[in-house]
Amino acid sequence: MDFSLSPEQLMAQKMVRDFSQKEIAPIIKDYDRKQEPIPFMLKRMGELGILGICFPVRYGGQGMDYLSLGLACEELEALDTALRVAMSVHTGLCGMTLLQWGTAEQKRRLLTPLASGAKIGCGAFTEPGMGSDVAAMQTSARREGDVYLLNGEKMWISLAGVADYALVTARTDALAQKPSQALSTFLVDLNSPGVTRGNLHGKLGVRAGSTGWIAFQDVQVPLENRLGHEGEGFKITMSAFDHGRYTVASGATGLIRASLVASVAYAHERQAFGKAIGEYQLIQQKIAQMAQDYEVARLLYWQVGWMKNQGQRPTLQTSYAKKFATEASFEAANQAIQIYGAYGFSDEYDPERYLRNSRGAIIYEGSSEIQTLIQAGYALGEREDKPLRCELPAYDETFWQEN
Amino acid sequence: MKIVVCVKQTPDSEAKLTAQNGQPSWGDAPLVINPFDEYAVEGALQQKEAVDASVTALCIGPEAARDALKHALAMGADEAILVSDPALEELDSAGAARILAAAIQKIGDADLVFFGRQTIDNGTGLVPAQVARVLGWPLLSLVGAMTVEGAEIKVERTIEEGKQIARAKLPAVLSIMQSVGEPRYPSFMGIRKAGKATIPVWTLADLGIAAPAQAVWRAELLNPPAHDSHCEIIKADSPEAIAEALVEKILAEKVL
Repeated sequence: MDFSLSPEQLMAQKMVRDFSQKEIAPIIKDYDRKQEPIPFMLKRMGELGILGICFPVRYGGQGMDYLSLGLACEELEALDTALRVAMSVHTGLCGMTLLQWGTAEQKRRLLTPLASGAKIGCGAFTEPGMGSDVAAMQTSARREGDVYLLNGEKMWISLAGVADYALVTARTDALAQKPSQALSTFLVDLNSPGVTRGNLHGKLGVRAGSTGWIAFQDVQVPLENRLGHEGEGFKITMSAFDHGRYTVASGATGLIRASLVASVAYAHERQAFGKAIGEYQLIQQKIAQMAQDYEVARLLYWQVGWMKNQGQRPTLQTSYAKKFATEASFEAANQAIQIYGAYGFSDEYDPERYLRNSRGAIIYEGSSEIQTLIQAGYALGEREDKPLRCELPAYDETFWQEN
Repeated sequence: MKIVVCVKQTPDSEAKLTAQNGQPSWGDAPLVINPFDEYAVEGALQQKEAVDASVTALCIGPEAARDALKHALAMGADEAILVSDPALEELDSAGAARILAAAIQKIGDADLVFFGRQTIDNGTGLVPAQVARVLGWPLLSLVGAMTVEGAEIKVERTIEEGKQIARAKLPAVLSIMQSVGEPRYPSFMGIRKAGKATIPVWTLADLGIAAPAQAVWRAELLNPPAHDSHCEIIKADSPEAIAEALVEKILAEKVL
């Protein structure tokens, strides 16, 4: 077993870290306080290639592997969750799903502008009345000749207000016997007539990120923008979550690290009863737990990245990684606040932002409860991975890096 | 046009230097490309774009110093060369200059040699001038902006009194200031290229010179004296009594 990162992966990791530190760290608190998205964030992440890090060069990407995507997410969320959320929805949910399920023509036409960062994508699955229960989706797509007419509303969609495209799953067969056969997935141009959208405010966390709603009224979606066959939408959506959850897991790992680093620094600096608080065992216990959780979370997402590189489907392993890292990131931030004492309660310091930012990921892209059911399903033998018509291609360095 | 940019691997700029048994210790700080040299690479890459130059990064150091060269490659340098030899462990700035000059001559046909203004570890800032001296080329130090005009280069030097415009004939040696512009991030394409690059290693035998004799060496390094201060609050019944006690203390401590 080789746990070492390649020189390329190390350099990519450092590059993303330097970008976050130099360009985002000085301003993040202001934007988080104002509850405004950082205006240049997506443009810079696109220019630097971060948004397309793991896509083949021939489709506008940077030719790095899938583990590099996780490494980038860890670095981004170690600075702020808003940065990683952009990767989750643009690169994970939208881009990776196109890479897996798109035809060669669709990858050239639709993935290329996304991978190069020229266009921004998002994933639109959740609705006002439905989240975990994907088969209960109400948004409909009715085929009329060479187009589908899309009607319905999607909610809690990251980048809804700024994205050019959304990967949308909708009901195409109202009478399907199995709910899972009723859905189809489309890449929808959000500048089409009939699309309205807006931002949601008052979120607990990720306040420097954009979250919103998208409504579709008789929106014409061309047939060639349907991903996969009609009726494959449930499977495609589950694939999208495999990719999205991987980015959430690796990002949450970065958030654990951020809480750990902040806690260690403060434990050395703050004095109580005549010595640095890091010399007290009760503080050491908190820090040791964060350090251990960071290590476990990192190993779990590295395993997913490795499996993706090998062409294996890591649905179960992604579930472990996502549930563990998101819950541990909440706990790490909570304990970082405890270590900071009263200062931890103030937005002058980072831990309160870490805590607020960590909370959403325990809900979105499959709540911890859904992850538990997935894990129990595999453990009890009630669930197994059947081969998909389109699997995510294994990372092939030559294919990825050829023009 | 050919530009050679000389880089060094140094401890990270956040590393803390302490003296341990008279020797410098940087703790377990990660080693990086000398931050000032990143500006030199940036300046060289700007010229590469402006006048279609090739950029070769050159470094003296142990095997691990390859990482500093890879950073330069990932930023966009075309080639990298490492000079590494067990006999080069202890080098003063004049010795380093002789080695670099020999390597620059072996590379051949260089029009410009770029340096960062200084390194963050030894920080003498002498090497650019010494390399220019060994090569017999003009030195333009503390350069913030530059334009190549035919067989000459025009530069803007940052000096205490303000700015100075200077010209020199090529080939020339330049030391580069931060005002050249923020160093670019390595691109992913550059990172992939750097990851696969084979970096030739030249020894003293390859350069055809002997190890330069050390003329300057660091005998001992001392930590700054620790300041031990304590605070005492004088308590008395009246301001006059406090003042009297304070005067007595000041006289006793021989402050006055």
